[in-house]
Amino acid sequence: MPALFLAQRATAFVLACAVPVHLATILYAVRGGLTAAEILARTHGNIGLALFYGLFVIAVAIHAPIGLRNVLREWTAWRGRSLDVALAVFSLLLLVLGLRAVFAVYST
Amino acid sequence: MSGVLGVDIWRGTEQGAFQAFAIPRRTHQTVLDVVTEIQREHDATLSYRFACRVGMCGSCAMVVNGRPRWTCRTRVTEVVEDGGRLRLEPLRNFAVVKDLAVEMTQFFDKWKEAHGYFEPGAAPERDFAVVPPESTERQLADAGIECIGCGVCYSACDVVAWDEDYLGPAALNRAWTLVNDVRDRGQPTRLDAVSGSDGCQACHTHMSCTTFCPKAIAPTYAIAGLKRAMVKRSLRGAR
Amino acid sequence: MMRASHRQRGFAAAMLHRLSGIALSIFLPLHFLALATALDGAKALDSFLSVTRQPVVEILEFGIVVALALHMTLGLRVLAVEFFDFRERTLAALSVCLAAVLAVGVIFALNLG
Repeated sequence: MPALFLAQRATAFVLACAVPVHLATILYAVRGGLTAAEILARTHGNIGLALFYGLFVIAVAIHAPIGLRNVLREWTAWRGRSLDVALAVFSLLLLVLGLRAVFAVYST
Repeated sequence: MSGVLGVDIWRGTEQGAFQAFAIPRRTHQTVLDVVTEIQREHDATLSYRFACRVGMCGSCAMVVNGRPRWTCRTRVTEVVEDGGRLRLEPLRNFAVVKDLAVEMTQFFDKWKEAHGYFEPGAAPERDFAVVPPESTERQLADAGIECIGCGVCYSACDVVAWDEDYLGPAALNRAWTLVNDVRDRGQPTRLDAVSGSDGCQACHTHMSCTTFCPKAIAPTYAIAGLKRAMVKRSLRGAR
Repeated sequence: MMRASHRQRGFAAAMLHRLSGIALSIFLPLHFLALATALDGAKALDSFLSVTRQPVVEILEFGIVVALALHMTLGLRVLAVEFFDFRERTLAALSVCLAAVLAVGVIFALNLG
């Protein structure tokens, strides 16, 4: 079963929805400069936003490493188990750092 | 028409060099005419392939001024401006046998790997199958059925250049025509064959194959069809 | 001399898609670390944000926003060909993608300044 291909395309569809929302938010939020107070005022205790960005982080943590895997396999000599392990670690890194960031702006 | 045409031809195998020739420019000259004249009048040691010389067999495919094409169907005037030179190389992504002739074995082996052959099954029908030409499957198969295995798409493909195990556009296109052949009984194993990491998944939609195919076949869309078939089957299997 | 297959629009699209993806992969962990400075309180996040107001950083931010818009629009092109049988006339499709990306970039630059 082409699990990686399916996972990457499925998360691509998720991100196709989430990214325009995020871009629109950013374009709106940076008007006149960005301050912590402005960001945190909107994210603090906002469970809807936390869930949205939580799902966003999970989708990215799946999508990005699979893409990088293709790039590394095609453009470098690196392949096999060690590559897969390295990318799994990167995926975990994105997941942990991402969810930590979501928690940070939700709880502060 | 007068003037002289400067021609640089690859000599050797993977190791080698370009050799320069100068021949008269003639009206309606094709690149195949040029190569043939050089081999007959100037250097009998030059190796190249051709057969029908009328754009039906695909044997004369090589890289002409950077583009993979059929030399019998390429007028010199199409690819060389006034004062320009003609540069001929063997097809990229193939092992070079000698000069302009390449080793086609791996290309055809991948057709077999992709199950690019008809499978009648254990008990084939005794009578003719009725396949309406306007049916969806037949239209999809017909769109890719004219492939003659010339190797131009394989030569143009970047993924083949990056991953030598990638089955390639021609093999996958052929597999797609068979996926749409309603008489074929080998669909599950064929889908297995094209769904691996070196199968349809590896195509990144650069579309070089579709751009250069001399028969106007679009392997990109055939491969997209295989991707959809692969996904449908995975989802069904998971349920 | 550039290879002929590299002078095709499909190749240019694929390379922009790939390179923007790599850039985003490098950027994201940094982005997450930056946001998490809020854990040390709003002041910590603010002092980080003030660093980002330098012109060099703002240019990089612009680059990342463009990279995201680019990666998404070119990714949508791939999804369209793969799953919706989109028979693309590459120039038209690419032009639409790039126009959308440019719009995003301009709006971002205007809002930031």
